[in-house]
Amino acid sequence: MNTVAPPPDLLQIKALQAKLVSALRPILAEDGLLWEPEDTIPYECDGLAAYRRMPLAVALPENEAQVSRILQICHTMNVPVVPRGAGTGLSGGAMPISQGLVLSLAKLKKIVDINPFTRTAVVQPGVRNLAISEAVAHLGLYYAPDPSSQIACSIGGNVNENSGGVHCLKYGLTLHNVLRVRGVLMSGEIVEFGSLAPDAPGLDLLAIVMGSEGMLAAVTEVTVKLVPKPKLAQVIMASFDDIEKGGNAVAAIIAAGIIPAGLEMMDKATTHAVEEFVHAGYDLDAVAILLCESDGTPEEVAEEIGRMTAVLEKAGASGIRISKNETERLTFWSGRKNAFPAAGRIAADYYCMDGTIPRRHIATLLRRIHEMEKKYRLGCLNVFHAGDGNMHPLILFNGADPDEWHRAEEFGTDILEACVELGGTITGEHGVGIEKINSMCVQFGEHERELFWGVKRAFDPAQLLNPDKAIPTLSRCAEYGRMRISGGKLPHPELERF
Amino acid sequence: MSDVQIHEFRDQIQNAAASKSVLSIHGGGSKAWYGNPNAHSKLLTEGFHGIVDYQPEELVITARAGTPLATIEAALAEKNQMLAFEPPHFGAQATFGGAIGAGLAGPGRISAGNLRDYVLGTRLMDGQGHDLSFGGKVMKNVAGYDVSRLLPGSLGTFALILEASVKVLPKPAGTASLRCFISEAGALKVLNEWAGQPLPLSASAWIGSGDANADGELTIRLAGAVAAVQSATVLMKSTLGATELDPEIANSFWRDLREHELDCFHDVGASDVLYRLALPAACPAIDFSKLASGSAQHRILEWHGQQRWWHGPADASTQAKVKAKAIEHGGHASCFRVGNNGVVQRFTLLSDQAHSAALTAVQTQLRKAFDPSGVFATGRLP
Repeated sequence: MNTVAPPPDLLQIKALQAKLVSALRPILAEDGLLWEPEDTIPYECDGLAAYRRMPLAVALPENEAQVSRILQICHTMNVPVVPRGAGTGLSGGAMPISQGLVLSLAKLKKIVDINPFTRTAVVQPGVRNLAISEAVAHLGLYYAPDPSSQIACSIGGNVNENSGGVHCLKYGLTLHNVLRVRGVLMSGEIVEFGSLAPDAPGLDLLAIVMGSEGMLAAVTEVTVKLVPKPKLAQVIMASFDDIEKGGNAVAAIIAAGIIPAGLEMMDKATTHAVEEFVHAGYDLDAVAILLCESDGTPEEVAEEIGRMTAVLEKAGASGIRISKNETERLTFWSGRKNAFPAAGRIAADYYCMDGTIPRRHIATLLRRIHEMEKKYRLGCLNVFHAGDGNMHPLILFNGADPDEWHRAEEFGTDILEACVELGGTITGEHGVGIEKINSMCVQFGEHERELFWGVKRAFDPAQLLNPDKAIPTLSRCAEYGRMRISGGKLPHPELERF
Repeated sequence: MSDVQIHEFRDQIQNAAASKSVLSIHGGGSKAWYGNPNAHSKLLTEGFHGIVDYQPEELVITARAGTPLATIEAALAEKNQMLAFEPPHFGAQATFGGAIGAGLAGPGRISAGNLRDYVLGTRLMDGQGHDLSFGGKVMKNVAGYDVSRLLPGSLGTFALILEASVKVLPKPAGTASLRCFISEAGALKVLNEWAGQPLPLSASAWIGSGDANADGELTIRLAGAVAAVQSATVLMKSTLGATELDPEIANSFWRDLREHELDCFHDVGASDVLYRLALPAACPAIDFSKLASGSAQHRILEWHGQQRWWHGPADASTQAKVKAKAIEHGGHASCFRVGNNGVVQRFTLLSDQAHSAALTAVQTQLRKAFDPSGVFATGRLP
């Protein structure tokens, strides 16, 4: 499990809690502040349930003025604050701090404005990702980034994680689909990043806030871009009898000058697990299945499906099926969309990884993961955004067995280190949070991490906003380095260490 | 070779830090006129050139800062790929590092996004001479703050870009350019309506004379699947009475627009400057003739009206009026370029204070994190 500071004296915590509650109560509604354990327990973790901590209290403001006041008070009291959206994050970025406040932005859930002419919507952070697309569907528009959790995750969280999704290969990440963000600094000051114009005057600070995991500002309003809804979507399901051929087919599609709307891969273990669950008619003999989607006008789709089919045939696909209608398209996708619940059916627990690698190394990484399955004696399902090289290995384990959890964690760390070694990154879209904070020591050297802290301090000099996430301290990395030395050798001796 | 140059860069930066002097990063010098002028010693990147890595199937190119932009574009064109944000060169010597530092984008920006969106990673040298790497060569990466994307448009005032990895895109399968005559308001209306429909709109330009009521010349570029371009061409011919341009004429038009080499950019009064207005999508037509008496200069609208160019008098009163207009519509304006007449010496950012007091403090501290001694504090970016 994750290393936490030893618990301070219980009486001291109680006293701090009482002080915080009495400072915040006057500015919040009756039900806007929770501090009894039975009320705060739902907030002890986010989507990464293996990491839990109880906060001092949970504040649920209803407007920006309250957010500002809460941060001001905590700033004065020197109480750390962990912002939280819908709590669907997969890296523990919203895990509470024992002596801190959880700032839930879930009650700020108004859609403030929709403008079809400028193709923008202004929304509060608690608005669900999918709710934006639903609200503008009658205008023939939608909000493009579609993380798997889009039914539940909120736009404020999407900004903080720079969320992607199945369609981001063609339509971009949150960064590419947000024009302006309003937020509150830890000092309580209200600020705006970006502009409704195509650029902001002076230095552009919007990009640094994107994916900053709630460590730079609490988001209070987001202006998103809306794009025209494609008239038609069609998907090709291609089977491969060899992982190498499947990986090469992904590169071949891109090299042919095609940017599919979605390009996803499932390995054999995954298709077997999901077929039992969704009965989509997947080719169970295939070593890998590739789903390639095209969207646009009917003419565009016909043209692109034709080009992709030719590339897939040339790449050695052992079988190709093209969806004949919307029902069949959704059936083809059902396995991909249900991979997580299917994993939940075949194992007590699963641990979802999120490394990204250059596309050409997909087959290499899959083979290495296969070897790791033997080493750690744990199964792994591979289902991922092949077009982006963003892998989501699902390590299967039984959490009731501490040794299995320990092996799963080691397995995950090994995968992430392999991603860095292959020229990739430890996280493509889930964020570092608390989960991958040690792996940051592998990906970045001391001076890079020091600059990250410089960025953090520029926005939050007191270091109170979600301070223990994403960026490891020097001492944490030093300790991690000692932990990972095996046989007298450091992993990746080519990396500079101090 | 490159290690020697890295050492030289480090020495120059550390010496400047020790002597409290300032270095002005200089690539090919093609955009030396852009931003506030400065007379500090130069740090030259021209010798640090070369494509480090280019795998077409990864849609990423990594190159050193001093690599000529033309070399990058030629390498991409060979594999039928491109920089979709179409960076202006403003001179044959333009470098890759300079394009990123300037952060400018051309006609394709309205459909493809700005330069910043395409930066995936950078290797940079900070104000203490540390050789640092952020981001990477993959499409999705949320490990640590997105430091690389602070650099586009920072005009060399944060750090020295050593190398950058940018996303590239395949060239579209089909393109077509169409032209018609239409009023400014009519062009803005039709462009914004079409942008909300699934049409392959790639770029637009409306060029009008000084007479606010006269029709101007609207040019539209379509790009995408061949079938989609064909059907949109039919639609635009029938709705606007537009005619299709010869592909070669169309290509030179978009290139000359990007490089500010069209006649309308040259036809400038001796005491005029080129104003740039960046505006939200809904901004209506602006009657520039009311901003300066007797002015009959062209208006050039790009990005469906979100970027507008106007040549006008350099005097303070006109500047104030241009600024007020831009702010009134929710945008900002700058005095982008002065003529060769030397009338106006300085680039001025005409928006009201770009950042609030709180963000100004953040920006000051951010600069300190990159550059504690102020080695890159040229003041080039206002």
